[in-house]
Amino acid sequence: MSCSRRDFLKQACGGTLASILPVSAFTFLTNEEARAAVANANVRWGFLVDTRKCVGCGLCVKACKKENEIPYDAPITRTWVERYVITKDGKAHIDSPNGGRDGFIENVINGEEIDPENIAKAFFVPKLCNQCDNPPCVQVCPVGATYQTDDGVVLVDREWCIGCGYCIMACPYGVRFFHPVHKVADKCNFCYHRITKGMNPACVDACAFDARRIANLRDPDDPVTKIITTERVAVLKDEYGTKPHVFYIGLDENVR
Amino acid sequence: MTSEAVVHGVEWTIKELFVYPNEFIYWSIQIVMYPYMTGLVAGAFVLSSLYHVFGQKDLKEIAQFSLVFSLALLPAAGLPLLLHLQQPTRAMEPLLTPHFTSAISAFGIVFTAYGLIVVSEIWFVYRRYFVDQVNELKGKEGFGNMLRLNIYRVLTMGSFDISEEALAVDHKAAKILAGVGIPVACFLHGYAGFIFGSVKANALWMSPLMPVIFIMSAVVSGIALCMLTYIVIMEWKAFRKRRTEGATAAVEIKGAEIDIISKATTYLLGFLIAAISLEILDLIFRGYTAMKSWDILRSVMYGKDFVNIFVLQYTLGNLVPFVLLLLPGRTLKRTVVALLLVLFGVFMMRWNVVIGGQAFSLSFSGYMHYHVPIIPHSLETFKEGLFGALTVFATPFVLFWIINKYVPSLERGEEAKY
Amino acid sequence: MKWHVLRPLWLAIGLLVVILIARQFLVPDDFGVHGESFTYNFHRLGNVQEWKDFPVKHLGRESCVECHEEKVAMLDASPHAAIECENCHGPAVGHPDDVELLPIERAREHCLRCHQSLEYPNNARSELPNIRNSTHKRRRECVVCHVPHDPREKPAREKRG
Repeated sequence: MSCSRRDFLKQACGGTLASILPVSAFTFLTNEEARAAVANANVRWGFLVDTRKCVGCGLCVKACKKENEIPYDAPITRTWVERYVITKDGKAHIDSPNGGRDGFIENVINGEEIDPENIAKAFFVPKLCNQCDNPPCVQVCPVGATYQTDDGVVLVDREWCIGCGYCIMACPYGVRFFHPVHKVADKCNFCYHRITKGMNPACVDACAFDARRIANLRDPDDPVTKIITTERVAVLKDEYGTKPHVFYIGLDENVR
Repeated sequence: MTSEAVVHGVEWTIKELFVYPNEFIYWSIQIVMYPYMTGLVAGAFVLSSLYHVFGQKDLKEIAQFSLVFSLALLPAAGLPLLLHLQQPTRAMEPLLTPHFTSAISAFGIVFTAYGLIVVSEIWFVYRRYFVDQVNELKGKEGFGNMLRLNIYRVLTMGSFDISEEALAVDHKAAKILAGVGIPVACFLHGYAGFIFGSVKANALWMSPLMPVIFIMSAVVSGIALCMLTYIVIMEWKAFRKRRTEGATAAVEIKGAEIDIISKATTYLLGFLIAAISLEILDLIFRGYTAMKSWDILRSVMYGKDFVNIFVLQYTLGNLVPFVLLLLPGRTLKRTVVALLLVLFGVFMMRWNVVIGGQAFSLSFSGYMHYHVPIIPHSLETFKEGLFGALTVFATPFVLFWIINKYVPSLERGEEAKY
Repeated sequence: MKWHVLRPLWLAIGLLVVILIARQFLVPDDFGVHGESFTYNFHRLGNVQEWKDFPVKHLGRESCVECHEEKVAMLDASPHAAIECENCHGPAVGHPDDVELLPIERAREHCLRCHQSLEYPNNARSELPNIRNSTHKRRRECVVCHVPHDPREKPAREKRG
């Protein structure tokens, strides 16, 4: 991070002032304004999920847990795969056992065996943190332990989190949880340690079907960015105004 | 899995149908206790201010008591948050790096400010008493007296002037603080409501009415608890007086007590009506607008939580005490029953908001059931279980017992001139 | 005016001063608004680097090929080419220095992640070569008859077990 001494002082003083004076709490910059003022703005990470390609193998979940040191058997996960089976009577059967870590190898959902004859459509939907432009989880953190980096990823400071759980409550997507070992809030960060080294997130590498892909939305030549900008993509729960940055191809009205 | 790696929430959450993998009841009984205790603090203070600011003379006796009681309640409002934090050693961080866009960040500041107001007001009300005690204890022998003398010395903060003029200033300052304290108390509790009301991810919580509803029910519960504690203590005194000085003295105590209780009941009923109206308005509005979340909300309210909401909270906690207090020929016993029910009703309201808000999944396709850990088998199941909650509830009474030894708030007649 | 009335105020100011002094010692120097928005960019700057330094566990096949050239070449030419080595062998971090042997995932359930037929209409899973777990050679590991590195091949006879 290049940052001159003067800028640093300015920011440090600004931070101190901001934290003393509640006035700054009432300045709501739009994100475009904020972004325009940030120097290092040639990277903005986004993600593309093609639900039509996902076969529900769950290898992404497995790789994520191992890569990010999330206890393997604990029932929490940074990314997960949901299965939607819509029967001909219009009923949606949804499950994600163990977050889909072990794949989906049976036709049983929530203890109910589903006759393939009755299925109208069925698909898998991988989920992960949306790295929102307006992350409500960050807004509600009382101590500044979670924040948005200048490349758009939301991180959690494990040394500073007090573990109040407010961010977990504020996320409409349910991506946050308490890390059972570190006892602080935890979430997907697009494998920040990998993407900043030019690697793919672990889940993207683990996916054999190209259902998961990472994009730098500021790079017009990025092939994934091209898909996002030229094809019809959707986001989850846009009614919350969070401006999510995980884009989906083949989303269905039944997807929660 | 080692015991260290237990996921927070797993032990008391049971999932049904489709719930996102990371969803658990993260905010459990301590977060029910938090607005409940905060509400009691705010309510107790408002009750005392009715006398100090608005000059409701007939409330004088209970006002003195509820002021001191609200100080005893104050630590118990912060305690549940401390018990709930996953990193309790970092509890001071909201004061160090407050992120003011978060409703919780203000807690430390509002809480401290409010604490200072209460302490200052008590100081102004009791300063003359402290000075008198110092003068009286001066020159007395014995370790106990020395200790008391020094405690009172500290309590006077070095100000020994008890001239008429100085006392008049004290009185004025107490009045101003009581006036300032009312909005701060409402803010303290209103923003506890804001903590929930501003969570847009939660369909049940998100409502601009939430802070107002919280304030109203806070005042209701605060007044009810003060009245209840007051009655219990006064009955105890009357009982003792009857044994030492005979029936006449006891009747005298009782007479004064019933007057105060009648007056306080009027206020209680007023705030209760406001609270119920707002809650019903909120409910009707949700049903009428029937947004996307209404299907699951309805199935929770009219189905899974029906007993909790409509039987325990509205009927047993609101309607029954309302009738009990309004019916003519009210006796002290009936009042006590009604007050207990009111306190229970407000607790259920907190429960139905905090736990009810997590009874359904963010996916709107599944449910979560909360099973309070009763017998603790680890620190976590103690802290976030029945005994943790009882600890929080018992704290203010223990504190009041200690504080009242030095700041007597229950004396009457000649002693009650302060 | 009686000035004793201000004593609680001094108490309050004293408390404020204590907090402000404590801040100087307890708040990390790099804590502040790093970016333009107090709402979203208020944090400890050093934490960004801490996350960047988080250890990488899955090294990718570029790392595998350094020693297992033959195996990677075989995989690359097979219908399984899209599958990462580490999907079946686990993260390669520390191998071979600290972790001499990586685990090999042989369980039927591992192959079934993709190859169990769920009979879902219009779903990518149904387009893969698939079996029904309940009827297809129930008691045998898949690798007895299929080579994972190239499923078109049959395993050498002596390796059958």
